[in-house]
Amino acid sequence: MTQLALVIDLNVCVGCSACVTSCKEWNTSGESGGGMSDKNPYGKDPTGTFFNRVQTFEVGEYPKTETVHFPKSCLHCEDPPCVPVCPTGASYKRKEDGIVLVDYDKCIGCKYCSWACPYGAREIDEKQKVMKKCTLCVDRIYDMSLPESRRKPACVLACPTSARLFGDVHDPDSAVSVAINERGGYQLQPEWGTRPANHYLPRRKTKANVSDEALHRVDNPLKKEEQRAPVSSDLPTLDDFLF
Amino acid sequence: MHPAFSVIFLTTLIGAGQGLFLALYTGQVYATFGVLGGEMPPVALYVTGSLLVALLMGLGLFASFFHLGRPERAWRAATKWRTSWLAREVIVLPAFSGIAVIWGALYYFGIDPVVLVAGAVSIHLSLVVGALATALAFLLYLCTGMIYAAIRFIQEWATPLTVVNYLLLGGASGFTLSAALAGSQDSGLVTFYAMWAVIITLIGFVTRMYSLRRNAKLKMKSSACTAIGVRHPKIKQISQGAMGGSFNTREFFHHQTPQFMRMIKTLFPIAVFVLPVALLVIGWGNGSVLLLALAFVVQYLGLLAERWFFFAQANHPQNIYYQAT
Amino acid sequence: MTTQANQSTEIKSTTCYMCACRCGINVHLKNGEVKYIEGNPDHPLNRGVICAKGSSGIMKQYSPARLTTPLRRKANATRGEGQFEAITWEEAFDTLETRLRHIRATDPKRFGLFTGRDQMQALTGLFAKQFGTPNYAAHGGFCSVNMAAGMIYTIGGSFWEFGGPDLEHAKLFVMIGTAEDHHSNPMKIELGHFKRHGGRMIAINPVRTGYAAVADEWIPIRPGTDGALLLAIIREIIAQGLYDRDFVVNYTNGPELVNMDPKNSEYGMFLRFEVPLEEGCFDPQNKLWWDRELNKPISTHTPGADPFLTGEFKLKDGTPVKPSFQLLRERVEEYTPEWAEDITGIPAATIRRLAHEMGITARDQKIELPIAWTDTWGNEHDHVTGNPVAFHAMRGLAAHSNGFQSIRALSILMSLLGTIDRPGGFRHKAPYPRPIPPCPKTPTSPEDVRPNTPLEGMPLGWPADPDDLFVDDAGEPVRIDKGFSWEYPLSVHGLMHNVITNAWRGDPYKLDTLLIFMANMAWNSSMNTTEVRDMLKDKDENGEYKIPFLVVCDAFHSEMTSFADLILPDTTYLERYDVMSMLDRPISEFDGPVDSVRIPILPPTGQCKPFQEVLIELGSRLGFPAFVDKEGKRKFRDYPDFIVNFETAPGSGIGFLSGWRGQSGEKTMRGAPNPNQWEQYAKNNCMHHHVMPRSYQYMRNWNMGYLQWAKSNGLTRHAEPINIHLYSEVLHKFRRAAQGVSHGKQPPDRLRKRVERFFDALPFYHEPLENEMINKRDYPLSALTQRPMAMYHSWDSQNAWLRQIHAHNYLHMHPSVGEKNGFEDGDWVWVESVHGRVRCQARYSQSVEPNTVWTWNAIGKASGAWGLEKDANECTRGFLLNHIIGEELPNQAEGEHLSNSDPITGQAAWFDVRVKVYKASKAEQGSTFPQFPTQPRYPGMAKPVGKWLTFIGGSGKFKNMFKGGR
Repeated sequence: MTQLALVIDLNVCVGCSACVTSCKEWNTSGESGGGMSDKNPYGKDPTGTFFNRVQTFEVGEYPKTETVHFPKSCLHCEDPPCVPVCPTGASYKRKEDGIVLVDYDKCIGCKYCSWACPYGAREIDEKQKVMKKCTLCVDRIYDMSLPESRRKPACVLACPTSARLFGDVHDPDSAVSVAINERGGYQLQPEWGTRPANHYLPRRKTKANVSDEALHRVDNPLKKEEQRAPVSSDLPTLDDFLF
Repeated sequence: MHPAFSVIFLTTLIGAGQGLFLALYTGQVYATFGVLGGEMPPVALYVTGSLLVALLMGLGLFASFFHLGRPERAWRAATKWRTSWLAREVIVLPAFSGIAVIWGALYYFGIDPVVLVAGAVSIHLSLVVGALATALAFLLYLCTGMIYAAIRFIQEWATPLTVVNYLLLGGASGFTLSAALAGSQDSGLVTFYAMWAVIITLIGFVTRMYSLRRNAKLKMKSSACTAIGVRHPKIKQISQGAMGGSFNTREFFHHQTPQFMRMIKTLFPIAVFVLPVALLVIGWGNGSVLLLALAFVVQYLGLLAERWFFFAQANHPQNIYYQAT
Repeated sequence: MTTQANQSTEIKSTTCYMCACRCGINVHLKNGEVKYIEGNPDHPLNRGVICAKGSSGIMKQYSPARLTTPLRRKANATRGEGQFEAITWEEAFDTLETRLRHIRATDPKRFGLFTGRDQMQALTGLFAKQFGTPNYAAHGGFCSVNMAAGMIYTIGGSFWEFGGPDLEHAKLFVMIGTAEDHHSNPMKIELGHFKRHGGRMIAINPVRTGYAAVADEWIPIRPGTDGALLLAIIREIIAQGLYDRDFVVNYTNGPELVNMDPKNSEYGMFLRFEVPLEEGCFDPQNKLWWDRELNKPISTHTPGADPFLTGEFKLKDGTPVKPSFQLLRERVEEYTPEWAEDITGIPAATIRRLAHEMGITARDQKIELPIAWTDTWGNEHDHVTGNPVAFHAMRGLAAHSNGFQSIRALSILMSLLGTIDRPGGFRHKAPYPRPIPPCPKTPTSPEDVRPNTPLEGMPLGWPADPDDLFVDDAGEPVRIDKGFSWEYPLSVHGLMHNVITNAWRGDPYKLDTLLIFMANMAWNSSMNTTEVRDMLKDKDENGEYKIPFLVVCDAFHSEMTSFADLILPDTTYLERYDVMSMLDRPISEFDGPVDSVRIPILPPTGQCKPFQEVLIELGSRLGFPAFVDKEGKRKFRDYPDFIVNFETAPGSGIGFLSGWRGQSGEKTMRGAPNPNQWEQYAKNNCMHHHVMPRSYQYMRNWNMGYLQWAKSNGLTRHAEPINIHLYSEVLHKFRRAAQGVSHGKQPPDRLRKRVERFFDALPFYHEPLENEMINKRDYPLSALTQRPMAMYHSWDSQNAWLRQIHAHNYLHMHPSVGEKNGFEDGDWVWVESVHGRVRCQARYSQSVEPNTVWTWNAIGKASGAWGLEKDANECTRGFLLNHIIGEELPNQAEGEHLSNSDPITGQAAWFDVRVKVYKASKAEQGSTFPQFPTQPRYPGMAKPVGKWLTFIGGSGKFKNMFKGGR
């Protein structure tokens, strides 16, 4: 059984929001869409529907502060709490690839699914009044007219640091599974048993390894700068006294 | 959570409607089994009462539509009754309302044949239909309560107390209304209803206060640590990626000051429990319909506040991601 | 490349322009509308990725802030009110032609052309030169000229367009003073790669955001003190012997002997065994080393010679001499880590550790690539060595008045570590490296500006000695911005930030017409913004505007447009031809030259016209020699035609584009014009990438193969070695003039001390100029701005998607600032400098050095500007720090009205500003200060969009939305 997912590498995410707007532009004109509305686009308190946002957290206190950029979208839980609560069946999880989707034609806009998501991953389109969320770009990842390397979610293609990996987390040999295993990939809010398919890779520090011995070397170039003392023949030497 | 008035009205109105029916039916049962000392409630009480039940349920249903983005598709909401408490509510609500109206209609049209005679007691059709409506009323309380109680990570809600409170507070409201109704019909059942109203209100007081106490002591399972997966005691959000706000900031936050929250928390128990009990007791003693009606009105207003607080107090774990713009 | 994705969607390639990064993009079009913009996977710059801005290009194209028709200020309206009437292009051109023809025929310097973040300086510069005015510059003077000049005057190349860190091979990467925007996608791609492969990254910055966030170590530093840190690191590197001696000896002027006889007129100059009359613009190999074996002077690079780097020697005639490395060593002697700790706030132990880490990584983790090459002295090498320590720096170092010398220190550090144009270090990008300094020169006297005659010399150049300065007989400036004068001798990018103030004051003279292209000088591109806005509309005693005629060309409803007398509506990047030319700032890669083009994806909106077409039209109408033939007939039909057919000189074979030259496109770099050149670019991802042989890709300053190739392809004039200037004789020449030692041009007496002080051949640390002049106790905090990755300067507040991410800005600070000054997180505060104050909201942060406060730049907007509604968050809660940054220093002995800039390069010292922060009163809550009257919409602008926008590309609803009209 396939479970498609994103694996997000917090070790390289610089918080540029490339994934945020590339997602918006693909999906607002996408096949599944009907647009992603923006309210007050040029006025006070602009706000709109996005499937993905990048947030920033500060961890620790100055000067030992880590600035963590944190992209967040639907995690495509293996046990998605948002799906069973939907009264109409508009929210569903696909058997074939594990993507959690909303059928916009069935959604009544009751928002109950969003209440049932601990991650705040769903956003209602406040103009169209239906619930929307990340589709993993289901309308492009199977598009056989695209070259295989481009059959990925828009955010993954956009990400300049390649902080977003995409693949089947149930296939132990997939790049995403390998990354999760090797890098200690983790799930968000594991306490709720939702088993998010998306994983995050933690920060990893490369430490300096400079030892003091390394400072003392025979080939220190300063040795080449030692000037021989000027030799003068008219100074007395021991030879003048010793037998 | 952001308290939506559509849902506040829905739950308080149908809670009262179900409670009123339960009161009426309790009267019928007691009368049937002679507990009330042979005094039969007037038919008009049942007819008016069931009309009132229908009205409350109808208003509740009407309010609920305001919660829907796409009300024209509301019919779809019954589809997933196997998994969704909301779908179940959507089925049970009209079912209960319908049966309750039939129950009233049986009285109104006087079609109430005896279906069973057991010793001295004759079981009329209305009693059977009423039993069915009663079962549905309880089921509806369960559905409504479980809509909230079933969301396991909204810890304030994820407790049987949620269902119990929906049942008791709806019941209290309905019984208080029934007392006023009985009073207005000059029925001798005022005492009966008022007494039950006081009892249910007092039990409701105990359970609701218990839930407040429980919630005050709740330890949140989720934290910034589990939310972003970084283990550190000092984690502070500095940006949520949307400075003009988002659905997440509007739907899941009440946007009121802590002072306002405290005020509501102090006021609603007075309005829901203390004042109605006092008014009921005085009204019952004086036979004042006005005071009994006032008891219902005060309690209903109190329940609006209670329900507002119920939502506002619920702390959704998604809020961890929306602490700073 | 044009392909069909499916029946209804068409995909066209072009080059992005949402910032100056210039990625390749594929634009999906449906129904004549942009549906999706993706990174072009076949483009070398971005390799398929795209940033937040790039993906939001759609919202730029369909923004209601677009200008769509030429506009003229209404006769009875005052400047700045934004009252305009639509006119035709014919009227606009006639107005300009008449006015400019008169100026050109009388006094060409009364016309000024200054441009913002355009990428067409080769053309705009050509226009100015042909017009005959010296008053031309782009935005470099207030951007990062210190970075360009500091590095080019030291190593012959610089960061960003012309070079960068080789993160593919680096093991240690030190990023210092870098915001989030230079460079964008390439830097991100490489950072991702670098970190994934276990590289170690250190970020030195007062603030930890963006790239610094993912650093393995963050070292907070006080703003403006980078020079102190770098000098202390150099000291430790030298003291521990951690420099790459072989590199310093062979490839720098470190071992070259300097005359140390204070009585000699050649004091401080390199010894030369012969002094040629006319040196080209390169370092002749006529200098001397002190050989260790022979113990006497010897010609540099004599085979077998091994020079001393340190010590003091005497020539036969008794003249004391020292290798310049020795002078550097003596210079940094006082710059101990403990000294630097007090200045930078970085513990001395950390500074030592940093130095050791750099030095030991460079020494012990060497890379050897099996690439054979030959140096300019004829030595064959069978491999290329790399010392894998890479650096990147930007405005954090540059935007200080001590930035030039700080950047010199950085360049010297990089050189001591042996990392220049080597694997894992700094790598050049064509057309760099260039001679130190590069050859182009400006005119040198007022007589070079003549009516109806092209300018004698380039409008911008690279002074190599005082005689190259552009001054009159009294040593006073000829340019309106006082560039290339004794006030800012090496102002190689000009000083655009002083143009308005100088023209307003009439010092050195008044302008007649000022043409501003794509620069928001009435807002975030000016310092002292409030007063500059007043100057723009100020009138003299006769009721005439002090700047008589102001023309603004922009695609959007910027703050600057409201002050224009004439507005020319530019197109967006999706509607125009453009070139990223080798003559300008191409997008070259480490492995060879790359240039690229834009090809229109969409027709122009309304009456919009690309600025290039305006220049070609005007140049043709005015009969510039480069634009008309001998009969005075127009030479070029339009811009694309100009690009194809223009040659730098008749028959030179060098034009704006390097690819597919020659009649049939068979030539590269050099060749006859090819009529089908655009088609070739269109077929090839809109770019041309010439990958050089591997043996030409490294050590290019001294790589004979490369230099000869570069010379034969016209990239450089000389195939001579470009030795690194640890010791800058160029700078010393200016000091000599100031001391009255040399003949040639002399500074005015009031400036002698200033020039003598700052033109030091070796880097030194001094406090930023304004800080030396104010009471720092009154203004205890440094205030900085940064640019967020998702918002490029002021360009994108009109963008419905991007402005949701950054709708307003806070002043970020450590909580201790609030505790000391009695306010809390989220409070409204005043930020006050010696120049004025602004009001904004405080936001606590743990990722900022406690003596620093900072904000995102240019999020704040004037009410109504950029097509926003009057109560948009950008205006009510956003603020601009520029209001409290002076464009001039307080008056002083050196004279009045010196620019608040680096005294060497004229780089705007944005980040020198010091402030105090205190709580705003109750009545002052809720909005930022200052506020300005709401800027109205202009004729031709789209109607307000209203409450909802649901963009669906290809639906056909949007392409006509902003058609424009009267």
